[in-house]
Amino acid sequence: MQSSNLLNGLFVFMLAAFIGFEVIRRVSPLLHTPLMSLTNALDAIAVVGAIVLVGEHKSTLSAVLGTLAVIAATSNVVGGFIITDRMLKMFKSSRGIKGRPQGQ
Amino acid sequence: MTNQPVIEIIYLVASVLFILSLKWMSSPSTARHGVLAGEIGMVLAIGGTLLHHGIVDYKWIAIALVLGTIIGVPLGMVQMTAVPQRTALSHAFGAFCVTLVGSAEFYLRTPNVPPFMMAVLSMEVILGSLTFTGSLMAAGKLQEILPQRPITYKGQNVVNLALLAVAIGVSVYLVIHPAARNLFPLIVAIPLAFGVFMVIPIGGADMPTVISLLNSYAGLSAAAMGFVVDSKLLIIAGALDGSSGFILSVIMSKAMNRSFTNVLFGAFGQVQAAAKAAEEAKPVRSASAEEAASILEAANKVVIVPGYGMAVAQAQHKVRELYDALTKRGVDVRFAIHPVAGRMPGHMNVLLAEADIPYDRLIEMDDINGDFPQTDVALIIGANDVTNPAARNDQSSPIYGMPILDVDKARTVMVIKRGMSPGFAGIDNPLYYMDKTLMLFGDAKGFVNNIVRELSGGH
Repeated sequence: MQSSNLLNGLFVFMLAAFIGFEVIRRVSPLLHTPLMSLTNALDAIAVVGAIVLVGEHKSTLSAVLGTLAVIAATSNVVGGFIITDRMLKMFKSSRGIKGRPQGQ
Repeated sequence: MTNQPVIEIIYLVASVLFILSLKWMSSPSTARHGVLAGEIGMVLAIGGTLLHHGIVDYKWIAIALVLGTIIGVPLGMVQMTAVPQRTALSHAFGAFCVTLVGSAEFYLRTPNVPPFMMAVLSMEVILGSLTFTGSLMAAGKLQEILPQRPITYKGQNVVNLALLAVAIGVSVYLVIHPAARNLFPLIVAIPLAFGVFMVIPIGGADMPTVISLLNSYAGLSAAAMGFVVDSKLLIIAGALDGSSGFILSVIMSKAMNRSFTNVLFGAFGQVQAAAKAAEEAKPVRSASAEEAASILEAANKVVIVPGYGMAVAQAQHKVRELYDALTKRGVDVRFAIHPVAGRMPGHMNVLLAEADIPYDRLIEMDDINGDFPQTDVALIIGANDVTNPAARNDQSSPIYGMPILDVDKARTVMVIKRGMSPGFAGIDNPLYYMDKTLMLFGDAKGFVNNIVRELSGGH
């Protein structure tokens, strides 16, 4: 990365951090657990860097480390989205619950 | 080459979807759209990356994606009580990925690493490795494979800070002399040790703060990796995750009355088992399930205060039956949720939602505290320190200053508890000796069940 790219990166980081603060401050504390598992899944976007590392196959070391990294990140992507959705499915409002069948 | 602009546009779309994904988390009614947006963004980003012109070998990518999926599915299917350790484990996996990529990038580039690049690479690797072992330790403590009790020794903070200082010193040397490849393993190994030492002194009650802090570190290390591999998408995702973890750690530390520097350095004030041998024979009033049922039945407004003890006893489904029985009789039942109830931020809400309790009945501490004086019965199930009035009025108490649920202001307080032993932090709770307090001795699940039976048998 050139130094101008690094500087661009810093701008992006700064703006994203501000957006993160503003958006996440508004998340209901009710959903803090799913929030954490969701950000975790999104964070696993690191998988793209690892994929390039494996695919370019510049050295055996980089390919091996990259493969392990892809495995770790993919499991976060898959597991993170599954559990977040499972949790969110459980949150029902009073109106939603009144409709449930009796004796459940 | 020609694919590059297309890939960049795909990444841009993915970034937008990621931000929308978090924005939709603001309310339970839109939150599932958020997950969908995140998933689409992720698929687009991975698909776009596969178009990358430099990729010559797809076989190992495919194998790794399949293996990762095979590991990921069971990790997504764990029980709701196990979500905190699963989350800690996924922080560890994320940090593991980042550390491996950082190390690979270093060995590919050395000795031609510009100073700024070496600096972010060091940050990536240091944060990644300490988050890896720190999160594994946290997961072990939460899973109760490791002892929950804080392990402390003299000079712990000095040793820890010295370790971190050495790691930073080595990385500064590497910034100046990027060809010194033999030194690189040090900035992986030392933080790995630091991660272990950082979490060892932390007790079970502090886990919500630790998990949030590790979440933030995992995000920051991913953002640093974004600089190294020149990916704006990764910088954005890392920054979002980092700020999310940061906000949650601030909320958690406030809820436990810890200063922020305390949190940043991981030096969580260890819980001194300072329970001064309380006078043995202070009188308490106890009641049977039958008496409890008739008081609850006669009430207009009931607030249930659930704690982690309720989840440990697997009592949440019985609590829902109690909620149903009382609601059917026209009693207004709500739940008061302390920010640190459970083992991670928001954990208690998930456990209650799983038991089919509507989320609009789950009320946050700040919103419900003003209602306690108008509450007929506060029923405490498996919570202790978060209801301790000593935090408000006893300056000598170790938890003095911690925000609590003002249950002592309700007209009647009922506490379901196994016995008179002090809670997690080993602090005596004066609430139990108040005149309006009734102790309901027994196992949470069994006792709630008995109350429900009384309520249904009564008519």
